[in-house]
Amino acid sequence: MKNKVVVPDEKQISRRITKNKLAQGIFFLATLFGMVVLATLIIRIFSQGIGYLNIDFLTNYASRRPEDAGIKAALLGTIWVMSITIPVSLILGVGTSIYLEEYAPKNKFTRFIELNLANLAGVPSVVFGLLGLTVFVRLLGMGRSILAGGLTMSLLILPVIVVASKEAIRSIPQEQYEAAYAMGATKWQIIRTVVLPAATPGILTGAILSLSRGVGETASLLMIGAMTFIAYTPTSILDSFTILPIQIFSWASRPQAEFQAVAAAGSIVLLIILILMNSLAIVIRNKYSKRY
Amino acid sequence: MNKEETVQSVYSVKNFNLWYGNTQALKDISIEIPEKQVVAIIGPSGCGKSTFIKTLNRMVELVPTVKMKGSIHYNNEDIFKSNAKVEALRTEVGMVFQKPNPFPKSIYDNVAYGPRIHGIKDKKTLDEVVERGLKGAALWEEVKDRLSENAFGLSGGQQQRLCIARALAVEPEVILMDEPTSALDPLSTAKIEDLIHELKKDYSIIIVTHNMQQAARISDKTAFFLNGEIIEFGPTEKMYSKPDDKRTDDYISGKFG
Repeated sequence: MKNKVVVPDEKQISRRITKNKLAQGIFFLATLFGMVVLATLIIRIFSQGIGYLNIDFLTNYASRRPEDAGIKAALLGTIWVMSITIPVSLILGVGTSIYLEEYAPKNKFTRFIELNLANLAGVPSVVFGLLGLTVFVRLLGMGRSILAGGLTMSLLILPVIVVASKEAIRSIPQEQYEAAYAMGATKWQIIRTVVLPAATPGILTGAILSLSRGVGETASLLMIGAMTFIAYTPTSILDSFTILPIQIFSWASRPQAEFQAVAAAGSIVLLIILILMNSLAIVIRNKYSKRY
Repeated sequence: MNKEETVQSVYSVKNFNLWYGNTQALKDISIEIPEKQVVAIIGPSGCGKSTFIKTLNRMVELVPTVKMKGSIHYNNEDIFKSNAKVEALRTEVGMVFQKPNPFPKSIYDNVAYGPRIHGIKDKKTLDEVVERGLKGAALWEEVKDRLSENAFGLSGGQQQRLCIARALAVEPEVILMDEPTSALDPLSTAKIEDLIHELKKDYSIIIVTHNMQQAARISDKTAFFLNGEIIEFGPTEKMYSKPDDKRTDDYISGKFG
């Protein structure tokens, strides 16, 4: 028998166990840091803003007097902008991802496009705002309207939706395609009956998460000139508008302490919307992933 | 005149070559596949047997780098002629795969999938086709009370019979089977083999198998593939008792492969 090379060494083993505990501690601290910051933020916002949060706050327009100030215009503006962004970004995003995954030949050119899509997802939103300002507001003459805002926001979240949808489509096993092809299905039939049903939960999850990024988005719409003081309800997509985060930003930049509290109340509303949207994404993901 | 030659050929393959990129996978294949018989294709891994049956329904063309030369006639029709539609060929030639691959849909919707994509919408017709398909695959008795349940709840063997039912529902003439029992336990395998015995009354069956005993049990004729070539093709009995080629003998008796 040969000499054993691997022999248990008490000291070496306890050193390894100590290292293991140390690693666990570091990761726990990292998590704790995030949790503490988040909790501080939430507590601060709630303690500051909860006093202003009532029905009047939701139904009043912005005002010079903090006690009368409300978020109605911003809330409606956000809803109007989203009602443009959701269909535009979903149709363009899902369409692009289906084309890239199912139809486009896999060559250098499509790889180049895919690489750029991933990069676009990381481009600062101000840049998208500049694009929206140049193309939608000026070139296409839409003015500082809900339409221009909605389209700009669509561009902003489009790359994220495309990337998420591509991932969802790519996770469908090849065997599923083969089964359908072998029965004489065309590509479009397979997309309709196999790909889309299987990819929808993933697509919706990605879409909702990126839309919730859009709801909190400020800089790009500030660039295209969303107003900060609106005292009427939009009646068409060509009206000017404001949105929640811009309204909050405008309140928070006022010197009076009362307006800081109003801004906090606005943040609570925004947070609740975001939590609702993210919960919806989780519900969809859990409901459908069980079936597959 | 030999007895086999009076049997009608469903497939007639002549001097067929296939390349994946620069790698030749099939070399000068010529074979006549008889109607309403079970033809087993055996050979070691990578010998081109899967490639060969995937060529018969042109599924091999899903690989973008594939190049082909030579002719394949299905019922005297050139399957590669320029106005031939793969969708039509695949309606007549069904396929069952190595791993059961039901859709994440109900048992009913799985079997109705083929008829539906071919435009059948009438509920009564679909009910009939689904029942006939499931009966044909010997699965009806086991699932008739739970047709609306998800197919993923079935056992592996049941899933594979569901895939056979799904192929039968398109009413094909030929069924290609690519190692249909390799992912199944012995009991489920036996069920599928019994089923193949039943099916050959109405269908021409071409089955790729790794299992030489299986080929001996179920097939009328056997083709032995090696390195992309057909070494020998003949009645299964003869192949297993006194093969013409020494390599066939070596493979069947387990000297390699």
